[in-house]
Amino acid sequence: MLTALLLLWPALAALLVLLVKGQAAKKVAFGAALVELVLGIWTWINFVPNASTQFLLNEPWIAGAGIMFKVGIDGISLLMVLLTVFLVPLIILSTFKHTYEKPASFYALILFMQTGLLGVFTALDAFVFYFFWEVALIPIYFIAGMWGGENRVRVTFKFFIYTVFGSLFMLAAFVYLYFQTPGTHSSEEVAFYQLVLDSGTQSWLFWFLFIAFAIKMPVFPFHTWQPDTYTTAPAAGTMLLSGIMLKMGIYGALRWLLPVVPLGVSQWANVVLVLAIIGIIYGAIIAIRQQDMKRLVAFSSISHVGLIAAGLFTLNEQGLQGAMIQMLSHGVNVVGLFFIIDIIQSRTGTRDIAALGGITQNTPFLSVCFLVLLLGAVGLPLTNGFIGEFLLLMSVYQYNNWMGAIAGLTIILGAVYMLRMFQRVMFGEKNEITQGFTDLTFTEKAVLVPLVVMVFWIGLHPNTFLNLSEPAVLKLLDVIKR
Amino acid sequence: MTSIILLSIFGIVNLFVGFMKSKKVLMPVVLLFLAIALVATLFDWNQPQSYFSNMLATDNFSVGFTAVMVLSTFFILPFSRSYVDAENANLAEYYSLLLFALVGGIMMVTYENLLILFLGIEIMSISMYIMAGSDKRNILSNEASMKYFLMGSFFTGIILFGVALLYGATGAFYLADIAAAAARMDPETAPMLLMGLLLVLVGVSFKIGAAPFHFWTPDVYDGTPTVFTSYMSTVVKTAGIAAFYKLMSAAFGGVYEQWYPTVVAITVLTLLIGNIGAVAQSSMKRMLAYSSISHAGYLLIALTSFNDRSENALLFYSLAYAVATIAAFGVLKYVGDARGSDDYSSFNGLGKTNPLLAFVMTVAMLSLAGIPLTGGFFGKLFLFSAALEQDLIWLVIIAVLMSAVGIYYYFRVIIAMYMRDAEGGRVAVDPLATFTLISLVVLTVLMGILPGLFSDLL
Repeated sequence: MLTALLLLWPALAALLVLLVKGQAAKKVAFGAALVELVLGIWTWINFVPNASTQFLLNEPWIAGAGIMFKVGIDGISLLMVLLTVFLVPLIILSTFKHTYEKPASFYALILFMQTGLLGVFTALDAFVFYFFWEVALIPIYFIAGMWGGENRVRVTFKFFIYTVFGSLFMLAAFVYLYFQTPGTHSSEEVAFYQLVLDSGTQSWLFWFLFIAFAIKMPVFPFHTWQPDTYTTAPAAGTMLLSGIMLKMGIYGALRWLLPVVPLGVSQWANVVLVLAIIGIIYGAIIAIRQQDMKRLVAFSSISHVGLIAAGLFTLNEQGLQGAMIQMLSHGVNVVGLFFIIDIIQSRTGTRDIAALGGITQNTPFLSVCFLVLLLGAVGLPLTNGFIGEFLLLMSVYQYNNWMGAIAGLTIILGAVYMLRMFQRVMFGEKNEITQGFTDLTFTEKAVLVPLVVMVFWIGLHPNTFLNLSEPAVLKLLDVIKR
Repeated sequence: MTSIILLSIFGIVNLFVGFMKSKKVLMPVVLLFLAIALVATLFDWNQPQSYFSNMLATDNFSVGFTAVMVLSTFFILPFSRSYVDAENANLAEYYSLLLFALVGGIMMVTYENLLILFLGIEIMSISMYIMAGSDKRNILSNEASMKYFLMGSFFTGIILFGVALLYGATGAFYLADIAAAAARMDPETAPMLLMGLLLVLVGVSFKIGAAPFHFWTPDVYDGTPTVFTSYMSTVVKTAGIAAFYKLMSAAFGGVYEQWYPTVVAITVLTLLIGNIGAVAQSSMKRMLAYSSISHAGYLLIALTSFNDRSENALLFYSLAYAVATIAAFGVLKYVGDARGSDDYSSFNGLGKTNPLLAFVMTVAMLSLAGIPLTGGFFGKLFLFSAALEQDLIWLVIIAVLMSAVGIYYYFRVIIAMYMRDAEGGRVAVDPLATFTLISLVVLTVLMGILPGLFSDLL
């Protein structure tokens, strides 16, 4: 029942927000997201940390075809649900200083998207998963397309076509798998896990599924939509895309690719790892050359996701657990960084690194938050990024020493582009546009403080979260190695 | 059967109501007629019966498609409001013709005898020729009517020729007798039988606008007044595809291998031409014309796969397609009338001036494009499932790629509405039409969230 409530509440709240006139919509939306956060924490409290799937909801959906509306939460899902319910209120709060046109629609779309995201993370039936996968896409298309910046129409359309194109292949694969299940057919996760398919079939099924997830993450060379979309979307849209939606791809691969076609994965894991590692280096090198802060973080995101994907396809426990914890860390860090960029842009009117400088001098609070989040992204010990990167690099190193060594460059390159940005934007001489830069307001602190706390929480005591997902990950590995 | 009798009587009664010169009562009266006909139709559910020496027979298949057609007409009618106010419009005649066309359509899904099929096609077509030309002073409407009539009567001739050959080969007009003869496949009469089948198949393909017999569609759809275009692309198409399916399953189900290559070729061509043709259009109305060709292609997938999933998939898709198409044409009518053009550009900024119309259009486009939360998604899913059960993987891949193309042109409208600046002012819509549009959206979303309600009726 709790799962149903988690899924229903944001959608209902979205309808409620639509009725609110004017800028009050943001407050109602924030309140609704807080309620959802409470529901999420309540789920966490009631969750028994073992490998089972809990809070199961299993109702007939398309009875004639044996398709059930089956959702539930296990350790892996729980972490993603917590990430979503934690970030959405902060993302809504981060927009408080903006006055968007048609605020009711804007905030309703964010809440509606939350339903889609949570549905993706809790779905236990392939068609339910696909359903929510697309439900999450439609709101972000409108958010980016209606409230975005320059070239928004072309850029968001490219993004939409790309992702839908990929997901149609996934749908075709799901329907094929559905017909392979015995008896009256079923599209449930467990039914897919029990399938025994020959390696030739698994080989092409792998690509049908992988393309959808690779575009969403995005893995090199499927990333071309990402920098433009992140740059063009409004700040809240970028945060939703990079903080949560990107995790749909990783989560999808974890739950619907690795265990479903393990033979296909073992055939192609090498190729994926090579692509992922190219992405790590490629994203980092391009990030070093960026002048636009938002683009820089966008490319750094390609680099970080490359490492997560590499760890995922090593198929060992460190890799999968590393991916889990790094999904949380990346979500926290990237939302924080995009928010700080948004603050800088709205105070100075620019995101151009060359035009800024000397901001630290009158903003101690902002500087500290920025530095913590940035070091988290770089992966300094004591911060959240360290735990994930350490586990992931270790798993890649176990898989292949050389790959591990090359992937390890991410730490050095990451430090280069992040610290370069920090140095040029925050240090140095003040200039005209940074002259009157004021420190954080109360609302801005309210967004950044929870994020900073999370950076240290995950960095100092990762077991709070790792223990939640560990039994489920081990169970998943058993299925993969069947 | 009751619905045929009722609607014929209503059509005539309606002409007399027209004599009273009070146009205001016409629409409510016809809506009431349609509601009665719908209820009468649904009474036949699960009660198969045959009439007139088994020339007509109702079963769940025919009741299902009849209901879709009557419901579609019911939803289309409120958009004809502007004719009520127009001075010269012969409203009573238009409404009667719509009802008569509907009678023809119902005969096309209820027939057990090829003569009834022919009669149904003719009753429907002749009414539609007149509707196409109903905007008398508009040269495009005249052209549409003329083109439709000439081509239509030519293909009616081909159907008749095919029916004659089938009679020659089998000595029967009844589907059951033809099925028996086709199963024997007497070598002496086999060429005649197959030739007859091919000719009927070509003729019916023309009626549903399937490629390569689709050339009339864009021009006729474009010239016909929008209300009647939406009737053509929903009711006429539903009747045609259901008649087609019934013919193939009841009379030629045993010789699937014989007609499969032809039908699959038509399906693929229709999918390609419909979708690729739609990309190049700058007029919304012509885009919808090509989109209706492409949807004929999707519907034909049910016929191509021809298994136990096909009928349900066909019914679900017909309903989802009809509901979304009527909503799209409804919005197009008001926007086109108010802004003087059916181009995409007249939708610019509609999201700001008319949020409700824009929302309705968005849902309709999402449904036609097959995006989840709408009925169109499950329609496509069911059709593709039917094809995959028949191992037509390559056909599904083509259809999936064409769906991706579809997203491109359907989203052009959405982009125009929400992401471009407004050019025209607010578009006025009467309350009845608004209510209808909202009902259509609710139905589309309902089909997209609880598809189980509609998916296993047959």
